[in-house]
Amino acid sequence: MDYIKAFVVGGLICVGVQIFMDKTKLMPGRIMVGMVCLGALLGALGIYEPFAKWAGCGATVPLSGFGNSLFKGVKKAVDQEGFIGIFKGEFTAAAVGLSAAIIFAYIATWFAKPHMKK
Amino acid sequence: MANKSSIGDVINEKDSTLRDKKYNDYVKQVTPKFSCFRNCINAFIVGGIICTIGQVFFNLFMNFGLGEETAAAYNIIVLILISIILTCLNIYPTLAKFGGAGTVVPITGFANGVVSPALEYKTEGQVFGIGCKLFIIAGPVILYGVFSAWVLGLIYWILKVLHWV
Repeated sequence: MDYIKAFVVGGLICVGVQIFMDKTKLMPGRIMVGMVCLGALLGALGIYEPFAKWAGCGATVPLSGFGNSLFKGVKKAVDQEGFIGIFKGEFTAAAVGLSAAIIFAYIATWFAKPHMKK
Repeated sequence: MANKSSIGDVINEKDSTLRDKKYNDYVKQVTPKFSCFRNCINAFIVGGIICTIGQVFFNLFMNFGLGEETAAAYNIIVLILISIILTCLNIYPTLAKFGGAGTVVPITGFANGVVSPALEYKTEGQVFGIGCKLFIIAGPVILYGVFSAWVLGLIYWILKVLHWV
């Protein structure tokens, strides 16, 4: 059941973005930025968290889930430490994903060769 | 409108408004037409499969007795690692051609966006090649992600101070 929910919800989010991309011809970079900001906003409005609880990885694997976890991190830090948490929580939340991405990417550049764009 | 124009027609046209019109027609004619419906089906399948793979790993880590947050963190690490390996093997770009948004939206698309420009500009050196280009996609995502979370966090803090939440 988990898997079906993840498949359908994740797929539907991608379809929504695909329609948006086809209509507006926006580049993937802008789409990613938009998804993260949207996720943070929906997280702040208290919509994304219940949705993610229900949909599992269908909601957390898309970049909107990353945005949501950014806000979650800020909220947690503000709850624990007050004002300074506003400056702290984003990076605590993003730490694992960002470190993994940049460290693995850097290691990958030692081994892989650039590919010609087809 | 329907008459086939070649680029020669466009160049030889003297009247500039007519030339503009012909040029636009020409562009419309040579732009490949994608079926939006077909793209959506592909995006649905590819995006769905990536999220399902995520769910498989998430459940696996949960079965190891990890907490929900830790399992989610490991899940992200594994997905990013897979995506980077697939990008290096030139499989992810092929997948992206087929899956469209299905490969952009998941976190794997972000990882792909980090590693592929870094690889592409590898020849320009460690600092200005890899070091700079690694952040071509990651930079904007981090900036606007962190900024929006910061603004929302500030609002949350104000509401909290006012005892509204």
